[in-house]
Amino acid sequence: MKDQHLVTLNVNGSEHELVLESRRTLADTLRQDLGLTGTHLGCEHGICGACTVLLDGEPVRACLVFGVQADGHEVRTVEGLARGDELNDLQQAFSRHHGLQCGFCTPGFLMLAEAYLSTGPEADPDEVREVVSANLCRCTGYQGIVEAVTEVAAERRGEAKTAHD
Amino acid sequence: MKPAPFEYHRAYTPQEVVELLRELGEDAKILAGGQSLVPMMNFRLAHPAALIDINPVSGLDYIRREGDELRVGALTRHRSVEISRGAEVRDGFAVLPRAARWIGHYPIRSRGTVGGSIAHSDPTAEWCLLARLHDAEIVVLGEHGTRTVPSEEWFTGFLTTAALPGEMVIETRFRRPRRCAALLEYARRRGDFAIAAAGVAFDVVDDRCQDVTIVLGGVAGRPLRVPEAEAHVQGAEPAESTWAEAARIAAASVEPGAEADGDHDYRRHLVGTLTRRAFREAYETGTDAGPVRGVA
Amino acid sequence: MLRGAARFVDDVPHPHACHVAFVRSPVAAGRITEIGTADARSVPGVLAVITSEDLGHPALTAVLERAEFVPTAMPLLAHDRVRYVGEPIVAVVAETRYIAEDAAEHVWCEIAETDPVLSLADLAGAATSVHAEAPDGVLVDLQMFTDELLGDALAGAPLVLEETFRSGRVAAAPIEARGCLAEWQARDEQLVLQVSTQVPHQVRTGVASALGIAERQVRVIAPDVGGGFGLKCVVGREEVVAAAIAAMLRVPVRWSEDRQENLTAAFHGHEQEYRIRAGFDSDGRFVGVDADIVCNIGAYSAYPFSCGVEPLMAATELPGVYKVGRYAARARGFATNKPPTAPYRGVSRPQVVLVMERLLDKAARRLGIGRVEIRRRNTIGRHEFPYTGPNGITYELGSYVEALDRCAAEVRHAGWWERRDAGDGPLRGIGIVNFSERTAYGTATMGLRRMQMTPGFDVSHVRMDPSGDVVVTSGTCGHGQGHETTFAQIVADRLGVHPERVKLRQGDTDLTSFGWGTWGSRSLVIGGGSAAVASRRLADQLKVVAAELLEAGPGDIELADGHARVRGVRDAGLPIDEIAATVHFRSHTLTQHEDRLLEARGVTDPPGMFSNATHAALVEVDRGTGGTRVLDYLVVEDCGVVVNPTVVDGQVRGGVAQGIAAALYEELIYSPEGQPLAGTFMDYLVPTASEIPPVTVHHIETPCDLTETGAKGMGEGGTIGAPAAVLAAVNDALREYDAEIDHIPVRPADVVRALRRGDAADAVRQEETA
Ligand SMILES: Cc1cc2nc3c(=O)[nH]c(=O)nc-3n(C[C@H](O)[C@H](O)[C@H](O)COP(=O)(O)OP(=O)(O)OC[C@H]3O[C@@H](n4cnc5c(N)ncnc54)[C@H](O)[C@@H]3O)c2cc1C
Ligand code: FES
Ligand code: FES
Repeated sequence: MKDQHLVTLNVNGSEHELVLESRRTLADTLRQDLGLTGTHLGCEHGICGACTVLLDGEPVRACLVFGVQADGHEVRTVEGLARGDELNDLQQAFSRHHGLQCGFCTPGFLMLAEAYLSTGPEADPDEVREVVSANLCRCTGYQGIVEAVTEVAAERRGEAKTAHD
Repeated sequence: MKPAPFEYHRAYTPQEVVELLRELGEDAKILAGGQSLVPMMNFRLAHPAALIDINPVSGLDYIRREGDELRVGALTRHRSVEISRGAEVRDGFAVLPRAARWIGHYPIRSRGTVGGSIAHSDPTAEWCLLARLHDAEIVVLGEHGTRTVPSEEWFTGFLTTAALPGEMVIETRFRRPRRCAALLEYARRRGDFAIAAAGVAFDVVDDRCQDVTIVLGGVAGRPLRVPEAEAHVQGAEPAESTWAEAARIAAASVEPGAEADGDHDYRRHLVGTLTRRAFREAYETGTDAGPVRGVA
Repeated sequence: MLRGAARFVDDVPHPHACHVAFVRSPVAAGRITEIGTADARSVPGVLAVITSEDLGHPALTAVLERAEFVPTAMPLLAHDRVRYVGEPIVAVVAETRYIAEDAAEHVWCEIAETDPVLSLADLAGAATSVHAEAPDGVLVDLQMFTDELLGDALAGAPLVLEETFRSGRVAAAPIEARGCLAEWQARDEQLVLQVSTQVPHQVRTGVASALGIAERQVRVIAPDVGGGFGLKCVVGREEVVAAAIAAMLRVPVRWSEDRQENLTAAFHGHEQEYRIRAGFDSDGRFVGVDADIVCNIGAYSAYPFSCGVEPLMAATELPGVYKVGRYAARARGFATNKPPTAPYRGVSRPQVVLVMERLLDKAARRLGIGRVEIRRRNTIGRHEFPYTGPNGITYELGSYVEALDRCAAEVRHAGWWERRDAGDGPLRGIGIVNFSERTAYGTATMGLRRMQMTPGFDVSHVRMDPSGDVVVTSGTCGHGQGHETTFAQIVADRLGVHPERVKLRQGDTDLTSFGWGTWGSRSLVIGGGSAAVASRRLADQLKVVAAELLEAGPGDIELADGHARVRGVRDAGLPIDEIAATVHFRSHTLTQHEDRLLEARGVTDPPGMFSNATHAALVEVDRGTGGTRVLDYLVVEDCGVVVNPTVVDGQVRGGVAQGIAAALYEELIYSPEGQPLAGTFMDYLVPTASEIPPVTVHHIETPCDLTETGAKGMGEGGTIGAPAAVLAAVNDALREYDAEIDHIPVRPADVVRALRRGDAADAVRQEETA
């Protein structure tokens, strides 16, 4: 007998009710049950980070969390970043800085960076490198990714400051 | 690379966990952060028949000071310790947040738990080394209530502990706060488990080293204390020559054959380096930080 | 890509697709005595459990038409023997991948193990060879160049180096592993195979021949491809098995390679050894080089290019940018009980460059000549082009000496020497290496290899629709090289329209003409070149029509900013969109346009041309841990006309990262039993952002007159130069010690051993004060 559960997931602001086999990973749940194929799988053992999503705002490897565990929680994926047709500032910065080539790793890096940026970091170059080193990219050599994240951190800090003034 | 089927259970209190463990028997496993267990399941190296998800358990996510003890709840995420800056940690346990940064990467640290790491018992895991370094006690809850196991007895070998069937870790109590402490490790790539690690902790009283602990990781199936090297530093002057001799003794204590890559000379060399550097860092950061007790 | 809306093959939705999991050999060598599938079949949700026999024992055989080559068949599924850990034996088809893996655990294979052959050393005493057809294990043995006078020349040389260099086995490891979705479409009687590949047409041929069906019955589509680096320029047996199952069972079938399969059972590369004798005169000039090259090619010859790729490339390209004097080279490929190899990015050139650069650094040291100076003395100079070397290659104009000098100057300006020598902290070193990279080989060059299938040319079609939008189709198959941008730019430039009006379609065998895909730094030059030819023709067609409408001669028409204008007349001109509409909808008003539509075909087949570059690395070696960190990296490169600097820099940086990986981190290690010890991303160390430094790229542009665009290929250069640059820098860091490291990857333990060999006491003492 399959061990199945009825779960409610809030993904990018929409509620979904699903019947999930307990062993189904959150990554497969998003990709196969919800058709959100932006979350990719590159290793399924926690190293590459292509599957990184936000679970209640924290970055997690979606290959190491089961779909049932997200029951009642909020999940954010790459599909939830853009506002309609407009790419968000981070996505635009990736494009400007050539932070992607084949694009396979990109969703994971975007979500990793989104999580990091949400902590309002000082984002000195060493720290950004360290954060970015959570995920693997085989195409770019990381330079564009590091630049994009650093730039957006500065921009968002600037904005936050203006908002406070 | 997909896990085999299992039954999924959720627990909301530690008691429920223990009841479920009893009910489901030995094929059931606790699921905490999943950062060690789930990869093993994906590789099908672990085939638990049932998982008891303890993430919904409340009241196990805390970092609390009780006198000379720092008590960390089992469900405390690595990241919570990493970003903790309070006096309860700073005062004598400052090495914990510094060392927590070495655990994997940000997304691993925001999910993985201290209790999970202690239960998993990887010989290079930071928490296991820190537990030995700070003479921790592990608090476990079983059918017959709680018991406390000294870390010395807790880690019995590679991925094995003194936990009895049906028991869960609920807390780790780090003890013996000291002003000077450091955990250094070396991995070829950022975020990986260390090839080897060395932790040291001591106080300096009247320009003499006191209360010295040295722990090595990656040289045996479990974290290893080095009493001979500790004895050398105990009462000695905090000086480069002291560190060097301690490092030499620590390196010499590394038994051949324990290492997976068979490169015994290299591992010895590395242990020597890390021990010496750990002493240096501990001394530098510790003397900057002022006296251990009485910090507001 | 940025929205998560890309479609990699695993993202292509198919609600009814079944999943395949493979049962793979747990041992490196052995004879299969029994396969038990009954238990697996009875697992609920399993559709079929397939063995080689069920498929009729299909195989793929790559052929090199040379007497010195032994062809061997690669069965799609192993049936009599297994030849490496991870070789597929049984395919389980089930409703989900989860169930397929459950059932795979119930398949039972009995295998009588034999002793594996893992290295050249094992070969000598081996009881069983990997292939019966090649009892001595040698699949290819080529005495590529000989020179009767070489022996005497070396005997008389003031300095003779006899050295051995090695490079470890590595994996391309694209973050998207391999995968496919195969479906039989009854309506068209056609198998549609969507697959993560660099070479759709070659996959089509492979599938058709292995399955014994017509090429027209196979349509191969490459959706977005998440990196290939050569791994996906050969035909994978698993992909063909999935196709065979889809055709046989008439169910859609998906295979998604997992990372463990990717690292242990896909194609590898670069496991090579070079035994070299090199003579120098007292000024440090080469007198001659004698090379004996052996490539450990693994268990099979990959289809279609064969296992000859590495040895042939190595022997041919070894001299590189240097005038080596007399030259002889023997190159062999031998079969072992490890996974087969494919042309991983750079193909032997990372190794040959490393060999030449080590030789020069050693000679410089022995003779007391500067490292840049000794290169200058040996490098083919500007006035010497076209230069034909003893390897029979003619090098067209390049900037070999200029790039070297420029790089040396940039290194000086950047203050690297001061950084190297600052303080007495960690050991630091600088490596500077110079090389060229033959790119974009056409059929003439490829033909010399004598493969049964000779790649080279490419065909593009350019078509303008009634609204003036342009579609280009090409036989290339991009996957992150920015083809969409560069092709659009090339075509738009020639048609006088905005690049946004140009869309590229590639990677679909039913939509494009036959082509050779994307690898070997060929696409921009060959594919882009053919698109340039086609768009020039299309521009001519536009001009004929414009001339008629504007009442001028076609030769006087200019196309720019979306308009056709008569040369010298300053007016608004005629919108190209309007010309397009006229041609399509009002052709009765035209008298001059016999072609009717606006479409043209272009073919390019260049001889191949050499890009060149000088790389410099600054590294720091930690005496205490043996760890090496690359602190800074600098590239001066010349790939002719730079069509798009962002794309070029991106290719260089990504390539350098892969080269650093091969120099310091990645290696597929095997146990003496032939078990892979680096089968996950935990132990196969693809570097992260913390290990890869920023890379500064400078360009020199020597336009190439052999190509349409003046550009040369450049997809591999980064990977080619970096291992040599890093190894040179490590050796420079160890200059005070009597220690030289001649292999990659350089592991921390190697460094510590080298330091100890050099001066143990000193190393320890210095570390203590560090
Ligand atoms: C990419 C990557 C890199 C990593 N790098 C490091 C590193 O450098 N250093 C390091 O230390 N770790 C590293 N880890 C492991 C990580 O720290 C894990 O979080 C940790 O080892 C286990 O904690 P967990 O909460 O994830 O436990 P889980 O994976 O959920 O469980 C691990 C084991 O402990 C048992 N268990 C869990 N909680 C309890 C409990 N309260 N009582 C009894 N048994 C319990 C489980 O049944 C299981 O057997 C890495 C992981 C990944 C994926
Ligand atoms: S797929 Fe989850 S980390 Fe690689
Ligand atoms: S862009 Fe290809 S893996 Fe990162």
